[in-house]
Amino acid sequence: MHVCQRCVSLLLSRPLSAAGQQSTRALHQRSHLILLQHSTRQSPVHRLSQGHSRETWRHFTDHQAASPDVYNKTDLAQKKVVPLNSDVHRISSQVSLSDSQSIDLDAAVRASPLQEISEEEAVQIQVPSALPPESSTLRPYVDKSETLSKLVQLGVNLWELEQRPNVGSMLVRLDFHADVAPRLLFLKDLGVEESKLGRLLTKNPFILTESLDNLEARVSYLKSKKFSKQSVAVMVTKAPYLLNFSVERLDNRLGFFQKQLGLSAEKTRDVVTRLPKLLCGSLEPIKENLKVCELEFGFRGNEMQHIVTTVPKVLIANKRKLTQIFDFIHNTMDVPHSLIAKFPQVLNAKFLRIRERHLFLEYLGRAQYQPSQPNYISLDRLVFLPDDVFCSEVALAALEDFERFQKTL
Amino acid sequence: MTSQAVRLFRKMDGLFAVYKPQGVHWKHVRDSIESNLLKALNSCPPPAPQLAVQFQLLSGGENSSSKDVVLSPSMVPTLADHPLVTGPQFHKVHVGVGHRLDAFSSGVLVLGVGKGNGVLEHLCKSHVTRDYTLEGEFGKATDNFTHTGRVIEKTTYDHVTLDKLERVLAMIQGANQKALIMYSQVDLHTQEAYELAVRGLLYPHGKSPPILTGLRCIHFNPPHFTLEVQCVNETQKYLRKLIHEVGLELRTSAVCSGVRRTRDGPFKVENALTRQHWTAGSIIQAIAHFSKATRKIRKSGMYKQTAGQLNSSAQVQEQTRSQTEQINQEHVELSSSTSDTVVDRETPFH
Repeated sequence: MHVCQRCVSLLLSRPLSAAGQQSTRALHQRSHLILLQHSTRQSPVHRLSQGHSRETWRHFTDHQAASPDVYNKTDLAQKKVVPLNSDVHRISSQVSLSDSQSIDLDAAVRASPLQEISEEEAVQIQVPSALPPESSTLRPYVDKSETLSKLVQLGVNLWELEQRPNVGSMLVRLDFHADVAPRLLFLKDLGVEESKLGRLLTKNPFILTESLDNLEARVSYLKSKKFSKQSVAVMVTKAPYLLNFSVERLDNRLGFFQKQLGLSAEKTRDVVTRLPKLLCGSLEPIKENLKVCELEFGFRGNEMQHIVTTVPKVLIANKRKLTQIFDFIHNTMDVPHSLIAKFPQVLNAKFLRIRERHLFLEYLGRAQYQPSQPNYISLDRLVFLPDDVFCSEVALAALEDFERFQKTL
Repeated sequence: MTSQAVRLFRKMDGLFAVYKPQGVHWKHVRDSIESNLLKALNSCPPPAPQLAVQFQLLSGGENSSSKDVVLSPSMVPTLADHPLVTGPQFHKVHVGVGHRLDAFSSGVLVLGVGKGNGVLEHLCKSHVTRDYTLEGEFGKATDNFTHTGRVIEKTTYDHVTLDKLERVLAMIQGANQKALIMYSQVDLHTQEAYELAVRGLLYPHGKSPPILTGLRCIHFNPPHFTLEVQCVNETQKYLRKLIHEVGLELRTSAVCSGVRRTRDGPFKVENALTRQHWTAGSIIQAIAHFSKATRKIRKSGMYKQTAGQLNSSAQVQEQTRSQTEQINQEHVELSSSTSDTVVDRETPFH
């Protein structure tokens, strides 16, 4: 109260001249109000903890019940929110109404926030929403929105999602109980682990807008193709977009793989379970890769089948990189087709790694890739051992020597 | 109170050298180094979230009946500060590249991080030379001077001996010496110019074509041979063309099967980082290792800028040459060269 009086004395001492001073006056009134409210802020907290009080009083808070997607706290009806603007206008209008020569102190006293107002008046007060109507991030909405807070608690990366166009707005508009919860329960029934749900939703937020009937139809189609419940769960986890594709598309692709690769149904299921991305992407690059393997590389049918069942990634690998690796292995390292087909993992490795290790072995005189010869080094050991194990066991040299050799290439 | 991430970020300031593998574009090298540094920075624990007062419905209160649920305040961390909502702490680390290497070549590539990028500019303007090892092969000529290009002609090379090769190299060196003297804009009839030449401090000023300050053959085993080159203002394509011209001078043809940079100023291949060491820890160690050389480069660069304001060209040249000498004295040079030179040198090549 001591502070208010000082403010009031300030107002008194200031001579009033023109209407141009109205803004400063309004500011003074505003600060006056804020000071009053700060000093009275201690009392509301105590009041609340003592139980309900039907007394209505003015208190400026962040809370508003206007927007529909706000986490509802309906029992907070005791707090009434007052917009500062209307008070200021009222006061400033009162002041301007009065004579420009003197301040009407009664006006300021009349609009005390502790003044009791009737219920009807309280209900009519318009509450401005503190949430910005548009924002480039989801940060201002996370604390207020039930959907967004629950998603964060699940582990969904909201920052990554808001970089994608329109996804942020879509998430803010979702209703947790109507849209999100049924689909989460559906995924849980499917067998998807809870720890993986966050990553799944980060990769594919559109699963929350797909209709439940469609999702169930696709799952039942996959089960009708004799995919076990567990394998369906694994497929959905590995390829989050799987259930967004229509039944016809899934059917088309499964048929293509079975026909083209000439594999049995069991093996096709196995390949698709390990790499469900095959069902999601387009078929043209896969057809090109198959043609390249057959015509350019010269693999026979059964060799191709073995390669695809061991390393399905060859079907979606980059054609240029695959050609580079095969060219090096077949022409420079002189490894025949049969041996490559026996160890197809080598087609999945990094080209630089294969090149450096092979040249090191050649420099040491240990580059022997024929199984019939002594000191034979199998291709998978060449490629998949970590550096220190490779140096000690395969090359029989020190790691520093390998690094020094790398700097001479 | 700085966080762990900020302290780590402040250590990433300076120059270091990386061994670029063959077949890789220099941009990929720069991008993978930047992403490794960002990965290390963003794996540090994020700052503590802000707390906000929230009124929560909790049952019970001291003087209310037990059935009532009462609003009571508590401080909870705001979800707006959760790392899944704010995103990673660091989005970008400034990593710059010094003298570039094209995809066919390999070797020492100088990179600068953070404040080191300013020093990179001084390095590029300073009087440092670069050291290359060129592998050549007699017998064919291709369209892009490399052994992987389209073959244009094939020739015999039995008549080529080491003696003839050395003669050709000496001739090329002579031409380059003349170019060096011409572009360094000194009058060779003065005592000062002679002393500079003896100490090996001649350097082309302004724009100049590539100039080889040193050239010799270190390995000769027909059809393969290896040349060692010290040069200034070069491109790797020019060096491949050099191999081609050596072949032409010997009345045969030659292609280049490898260009390898072994030194870029004070950054040598022994201290360059190989691919396994492109992690934040090793990079910070390398920056610390090269900090002395970085400081010298920065000082010489700043000196040149202030000297430029003095507006005295002879003074500038003298001062910059003394700085260069200081930098060059840091280098452990190759053993004495075997090829002829026009100007008699006491010191080995730079």
